[in-house]
Amino acid sequence: MSVQTEVRTVPSKRSERRAARERRIREPRSDRMFLICVYLLLSVFFLVVLLPLLYIVASSFSSPAAVSSGRVLFWPVEFSLRGYHAVFENPQIVQGYVNSLFYTVVGTIVSVTMTVAIAYPLSRRTLVGRNVVMTLILFTMLFTGGLIPTYLVVQSAGLLDTRWALIIPQAIGVWQVIIARTYFRTAIPDELVEAAQLDGCGDLRFLWSVVIPLAKPMIAVVALMYAIMQWNSYFDALIYLKNPDLFPLQLVLRNILILNTTGGGAVDASIVIQRQELADLLKYSLIVVASVPVLLIYPFVARYFTKGILIGAVKG
Amino acid sequence: MATLTSVRPPAGETPRRPRKRRRERPGIAGLRRSLSRHWTLYLLMVVPLVWFAVFKYIPMSNAVLAFKSFNVTKGIWGSQWVGWQNFELFFHNPVFWNLVKNTFLLSVYTVAASFPIAIILALALNEIRNGLFKRTVQLVTYAPYFISTVVVVSMTILVLSPRLGIVNEGLGFFGVPGIDFLGNPDYFRHIYVWSDVWQTTGYSAVIYLAALSGIDPALHESARIDGATRLQRIRHVDLPGIMPTAVIILVLAVGNIMAIGFEKAFLLQNPLNLSESEIIATYVYKTGLLNADFSGATAVGLFNSVINLVLLLMVNAVAKRITGNGLWS
Repeated sequence: MSVQTEVRTVPSKRSERRAARERRIREPRSDRMFLICVYLLLSVFFLVVLLPLLYIVASSFSSPAAVSSGRVLFWPVEFSLRGYHAVFENPQIVQGYVNSLFYTVVGTIVSVTMTVAIAYPLSRRTLVGRNVVMTLILFTMLFTGGLIPTYLVVQSAGLLDTRWALIIPQAIGVWQVIIARTYFRTAIPDELVEAAQLDGCGDLRFLWSVVIPLAKPMIAVVALMYAIMQWNSYFDALIYLKNPDLFPLQLVLRNILILNTTGGGAVDASIVIQRQELADLLKYSLIVVASVPVLLIYPFVARYFTKGILIGAVKG
Repeated sequence: MATLTSVRPPAGETPRRPRKRRRERPGIAGLRRSLSRHWTLYLLMVVPLVWFAVFKYIPMSNAVLAFKSFNVTKGIWGSQWVGWQNFELFFHNPVFWNLVKNTFLLSVYTVAASFPIAIILALALNEIRNGLFKRTVQLVTYAPYFISTVVVVSMTILVLSPRLGIVNEGLGFFGVPGIDFLGNPDYFRHIYVWSDVWQTTGYSAVIYLAALSGIDPALHESARIDGATRLQRIRHVDLPGIMPTAVIILVLAVGNIMAIGFEKAFLLQNPLNLSESEIIATYVYKTGLLNADFSGATAVGLFNSVINLVLLLMVNAVAKRITGNGLWS
């Protein structure tokens, strides 16, 4: 891997030098040294982040014996898929995966709908009272009731130990409301609203057939933020759920990876053998399996994600 | 925001009368008119507003529990008032100072480590031209942000494990005996902070990179004509350029110092490192939900929220006075 990065850096360095020569203003000599230091520094950052990830992935594709004897570095040793077999043969993990998919899909739909429903009216300049409402919403960012008071609300709403406990209490993020509202305000010109009104188009129809199509990029960003948050969260499940059948993947992961428990009687034969080696290997494969969905979509959405952060940051 | 809207009237046009846009009128009459015109929009807001009331504002009012002795059968409002007793119990608890110290040190260390490193990464990335190398570095350093806390903590535990961890393998190569990093309280803060830096630096750098790309290139060019080296340009052009962004991020970070997240500390905890890893948030969870002392835990949580709010307001005021940039400027 390090060989590959070398290969990558060389051409860009060369073109850098060529470009520097062509420039009318000669770069001071110290700049060349400085630039080399910059490349070195960035390579260090790159390797520090990449190597632990590589180590996990390489281990997950190695044989149980190789992992247990610590022979794996950054490339699989005695390639095998035993770890992945063990992951997908574990009913707890499969159930957690299915649950997480459900929470992510349903939670994202609920969250996005609620966010648009509050953010769009608040973006309309002719709506009296929007500033009061916005202040009330922003205040919840500064001060919260705390863990126990919120828990008591969820309890008295009868949500404890139901699937809705993971969807409703976290449905709206203030940050996402800010992003959506800012986008609506800047991307939908007032003239458009006025024109629609002259044509006799009502507010809801305007929202549905003009605003939402125009705001698709923002809605995608907000949806992804909610989806990734939902997929990655474990805390709500930890406090609100008792029934293991409802556990999302992250909570199952925590039980297996951090507490070292593979669960009660409902485990597959390959794990009943309780071979320590396989149990070790399983952890690496499990990490990969749990992170792959998010890491697969991330390179495609990273750009939009950045944009979303910045829209929110404009408001501060 | 303000700049965006004020830019809109095209320059060069004849100065025109401010167009009469139907803006809201103040007072009850305005509200009634707005209600009749936009009743569908108000209707749309009802469900989210009920949500905010139920899941944000009712918990705030439930926080009076901190001044009561919770009785399950009587409910929150029926329980007996006990004044400041829950707070006094907490302040006199021998764990109190330890909790405050752990929470404070853990966050200060996190901010102190991650704030400058993110800026350094952004400045370094900004120095090199767009190409495969730059894009690869950015993509890879950004990736860990999307990995869940559970997975990051698991990876940390695996990498540092005394039996199989790659770090101990490496140390063993140099003849250093295996170290149980997570079992030793002395290492806890370093593990917490540096795994956090590993996870969030790439993400934080993105925000600074955006600020850097907003710097007027003319500034860089005139500096270059004056013979400024790259390092000098970073100091005198780039750093002042990202200062407003940096201040806001630092204000938010310092203001949230006592609100450091439950999630990661809880996952990294084990009975051996508890003396350093128990923070206020994990203590609230344990006393409140595991030991069912609802009133006591609410008091601790409320104490924490209030400290946090005061800190945020204070830091914001200081930042505003020093640099002119604050959260609500």
